[in-house]
Amino acid sequence: MKNVAKNLMFPLIAVVAAFLVGGVIVLIVGDSPLLVYELFLTSAFTGADGIGYTLFYATPFIFTGLAVAVAFKCGLLNIGAEGQLIVAAFAAAWVGLVLPGWPALLVVTLSILAAMLAGGIWAGVPGLLKARFGAHEVITTIMMNFIAAGLIGWLTHDHFRKQGDPILESLPIAEMKDGAPVGPHIPRMSAILEPLGIHFPARLPLNMAFFFALAACVIVYVFLWKTKWGYELRAVGVSPGAAQYGGISIARNIVLAMFISGMLAGMVGVNEVLGYRYRYYHDFSPGYGFSGIAVALLGRNHPAGVLLAAILFGALTRSSLFIQIFTDHVSKDWVVILQATIILFVACEAVFRGGALRLFRGSRPSVAGE
Amino acid sequence: MVRYSTPLILAALGGMYSERGGVINIALEGIMLAGAFTASVVTIFSHNPWVGLAAAMCAGLLVALIHAVASIACRADQVVVGASINMLFLGVPALVSGALFQSTGSTPQLPREQTLPEMHLPLIDKIPVLSQLFSGHTAITYIAFALVPLSYFVLFRTRFGLRLRAVGESPEAADTAGISVYRMRCAGVLLSGALAGIGGAYLSIAQNSLFTRNMTGGRGFIALAALIFGKWHPVGAFMACLLFGFAEAVSDQLQGVVPIPVQLIQIFPYVLTLIVLAGFIGRAIPPRAIGTPYVKESR
Amino acid sequence: MGEAPKNAVEMHGITKRFGEVLANDHIDLVVRDHSIHAIIGENGAGKSTVMNILYGFYTADEGEILIDGEPRALKSPRDAIALGLGMVHQHFMLVEPLTVTENIVLGAEPIAGLAIDYKRARARVRELSEQYGLKIDPNATVGDLSVGQQQRVEILKTLYRGARILILDEPTAVLTPGEVEEMFAILRGLRAQGKTIIIITHKLAEVLALSDNITVMRDGRVAGNLPTKEATVGGLARMMVGREVLLRVDKKEAHPSGAVLTVRDLSLRGREGAAILDKMSFEVRGGEILGIAGVEGNGQTELVEILAGLRKASGGQVLLEGAPIDALDPYQRRLRGVAHIPEDRHRRGMLLPFDLAANSILGVHRNAPMSGPVLLHGHVITTRADRLVRAYDVRPPVVALPARALSGGNQQKLIVAREFDIKPRLVLVAQPTRGVDIGATEFIHRKLVELRDEGAAILLVSAELDEVRSLSDRIIVIYEGRIAGEVDPRIASEEEIGIMMTGGRPAETGPAPVPALLPDDAPLSADSR
Repeated sequence: MKNVAKNLMFPLIAVVAAFLVGGVIVLIVGDSPLLVYELFLTSAFTGADGIGYTLFYATPFIFTGLAVAVAFKCGLLNIGAEGQLIVAAFAAAWVGLVLPGWPALLVVTLSILAAMLAGGIWAGVPGLLKARFGAHEVITTIMMNFIAAGLIGWLTHDHFRKQGDPILESLPIAEMKDGAPVGPHIPRMSAILEPLGIHFPARLPLNMAFFFALAACVIVYVFLWKTKWGYELRAVGVSPGAAQYGGISIARNIVLAMFISGMLAGMVGVNEVLGYRYRYYHDFSPGYGFSGIAVALLGRNHPAGVLLAAILFGALTRSSLFIQIFTDHVSKDWVVILQATIILFVACEAVFRGGALRLFRGSRPSVAGE
Repeated sequence: MVRYSTPLILAALGGMYSERGGVINIALEGIMLAGAFTASVVTIFSHNPWVGLAAAMCAGLLVALIHAVASIACRADQVVVGASINMLFLGVPALVSGALFQSTGSTPQLPREQTLPEMHLPLIDKIPVLSQLFSGHTAITYIAFALVPLSYFVLFRTRFGLRLRAVGESPEAADTAGISVYRMRCAGVLLSGALAGIGGAYLSIAQNSLFTRNMTGGRGFIALAALIFGKWHPVGAFMACLLFGFAEAVSDQLQGVVPIPVQLIQIFPYVLTLIVLAGFIGRAIPPRAIGTPYVKESR
Repeated sequence: MGEAPKNAVEMHGITKRFGEVLANDHIDLVVRDHSIHAIIGENGAGKSTVMNILYGFYTADEGEILIDGEPRALKSPRDAIALGLGMVHQHFMLVEPLTVTENIVLGAEPIAGLAIDYKRARARVRELSEQYGLKIDPNATVGDLSVGQQQRVEILKTLYRGARILILDEPTAVLTPGEVEEMFAILRGLRAQGKTIIIITHKLAEVLALSDNITVMRDGRVAGNLPTKEATVGGLARMMVGREVLLRVDKKEAHPSGAVLTVRDLSLRGREGAAILDKMSFEVRGGEILGIAGVEGNGQTELVEILAGLRKASGGQVLLEGAPIDALDPYQRRLRGVAHIPEDRHRRGMLLPFDLAANSILGVHRNAPMSGPVLLHGHVITTRADRLVRAYDVRPPVVALPARALSGGNQQKLIVAREFDIKPRLVLVAQPTRGVDIGATEFIHRKLVELRDEGAAILLVSAELDEVRSLSDRIIVIYEGRIAGEVDPRIASEEEIGIMMTGGRPAETGPAPVPALLPDDAPLSADSR
């Protein structure tokens, strides 16, 4: 229990500190921090709208957070979630577009599989480059991000767009008719809760993908800590030399970790394409991939932590529009700045940890030469 | 081509100083944005682009200071710090711009006289081809090009350069020799900030006359790619920047003429870097101690 | 002249704590000018710490230091260097991609205007190299040099900065006996030219041969200060350990059966075609311990890695009970009964942040009953870990603790427990007691002999000659990747083995072989670096 408290404390401090800094910024541009905080809490956590949107935005954060966390457990930094979710989203839409008229359930299943596969491959390539050539995955994944943007942008622009449509988006795979989507899609929360007698507005984009995300948290936890493959993956992350000694293949686990990471990132595409827009919309991601790093860090690379952190980020995203509208000078970018500040503080927590421990113990723990 | 390469060269050389010292700097993108924004805003208020340029360099230094404190003093993960800085400067310019100018997209356009003037080299101006290439550029371009041989000299012939390289390859050895690892690495990071800041300024007050959101468009990462492609060597990085600048220039001209889609040409530098990293064009081996925070007692 | 001999260094009351560990407890020692002074002690005795304080790396919590009779504050190596101190560490502090000259002048570069004056630097390096007999090429890249040559660069570094007092940490640890003789000559030469030398070592024979005065440290305190001519090995050993050291391991006669491990023509080529292993052939039989003696760096590490499946040989064959296992990875070899106690337990043997239970399944984690087709069986793992921890006296016996919370000796015992639990047919043991306290050392030695008596074949590689001699039933000496000879430890003298370790042949005269096990003045036990 003490462990949990200790693990919660530092991320919490980082978040509070970041909010304070954000408050100062608000003061500087001439608005009231208290107003901003109030807007944040009310718009994100009250009412079906608030909770609906918060959880809807949290869904991709959960996926990318898990993606970064899994890679990190193997000692890898996956900065490429942004690119992975783009190709995955496109793949999901593509399946829907090339299989018109097929049974919806089949199309949806294939679509999800395509998204996972596409994301997995897009991350697997940097994984392979690292395993075989020692190429640093930070650089390769960043490169893959740009390549994805260019490649998918071109495909959408030249091949899958409606003629004359100025927006860079693909043709739809499903259309909204009388408030309900027709065509291959995954149901929205309104449709799921209806049979239970709960009325949930259908315009809210919160959909089944949220449950997929929750399931993913459980699956990742079980995989990493309860299976032998998870054990091997974590061993490689902790000590490649010891892993090799134990007969564990470093190369295989690097590629596996990246592939799983990409698969998780790819699920963002499912939320977006199959659950919300029913088409591929270029630039749909407000930095979900990069924020995944923040979420993973904040959640200390543990699915439970990732879940909590993702909800926080979802709340921030939800409230950003309200903050922009209801204040004079604070724009949506305040939220982006806040997220960046959180990352910075969490990353520097080594200092906090050392300082706090000094307060608690009164001496500096360190190892003498052995 | 020279126009496209200039910001790349500055950012790449900056990155070289940081990485040769052992600190990964993926925040070049964010620093360039900070520099671009600061140059634009300060020029608007001071009506003097040179002041704006100086301010951009200072802005770059400040942002780099954040990176240095977090990565070196707090020993945070350098990549994460860099990523967060990039995120920060997607948002900060817009917020400040919104507060100052009521426009979060871009800053007001500068009148022509307030952008950095083109400088014409007296003799070369008369020679037809050379004048196109070498004359008529702004001061920043000349600075960038001059920095290449200067950096070679600094890195390989001066005390600072030798110590910086030592710190990046084997910080323990440098520490034993009485060199302050922290200070050298800070210097490298700050230099990268100053240079990247100037590179950013080029975009907003030389090449163009305003700042738009995310106007660097990935140049910071291309510069990083160029640095790796050039094997962390000033001349190598320079050539790579020229190559990438050339590719970008060509892609502009080829639009509509050649059937290769523009987006695919744009991703050329990234694909090239991947190939280099995979070792197909010679091995790119970074400084040995890069990315690892130096902890004194861990001996 | 008629003055009292001066003291180059005096340290009084030096105390240093690291967290809760008292590394140095009121250390008093005096180093005379123009002398060679040895500081000896077991691993963890605090000798490196006190010298690091002298050199300014650490600051003492209490005490004072006098250099040449003047009290000085040493806050950083810079201060130390300014006072004429120079230190050569056990693990070299060299920047491999740079040249010899660049490494030597780093931090004190001569300049001409804005640039470094390399011409002057190189000339000075040549000058020093000639004056002190340290042959080296100023333009060579340090990464290409041999270990002995790199050490010379390290010494030149200190001399370049005008060091008068040199501190050398385990200078002969990585040298062959021939190179050791060269090093002795160099050090004597330096002393003759007016330098004062302090060496930290645990090799008593060298201390007796080379030094003028000795300081013995034990458990962070000074156990004794004495001139070398008054010292004996037995006496020094007693001061170092505090009790009579019983090296001899009680063991019965070995009764070896058939060959368990057969190595035929095993070869390994390194970079640029250098032969790390050159057609080695030998066998280890069940029920015997075969020891491999040799100076580190002659291929033993690689040999064990190949046998364990961690490295691929360039040629040759490895057979386990007659069947070739070259294609098998470490996991498969373990399934066949090959256990491996690695020489670097932190890099190879343990997952330090994981708990003891998770560490106890490393290498067997895919086997039933530790795991099923997918899941790990947590309960089974914990129960088994409890059993192992108790049977092998791992302290503290809490399997939920992270491995890094254990001391070196206890970590090693856990590894031994884990490996022996597979009931191995062949055990590959490398440097088993390095960094391990005496109690754990005796325990591990006993367990090895027990396993041997149960019929296992044991291959022991150790840089501690005494460990090899006391444990092994047969010894082969490895030199430059080849077998230099095979000896019976009951017959061969340490001198003979030492000669073979350097590639020579013991004199072929026919005096009666002197039984060479442990008379009182024999060198010391399995204390490790």
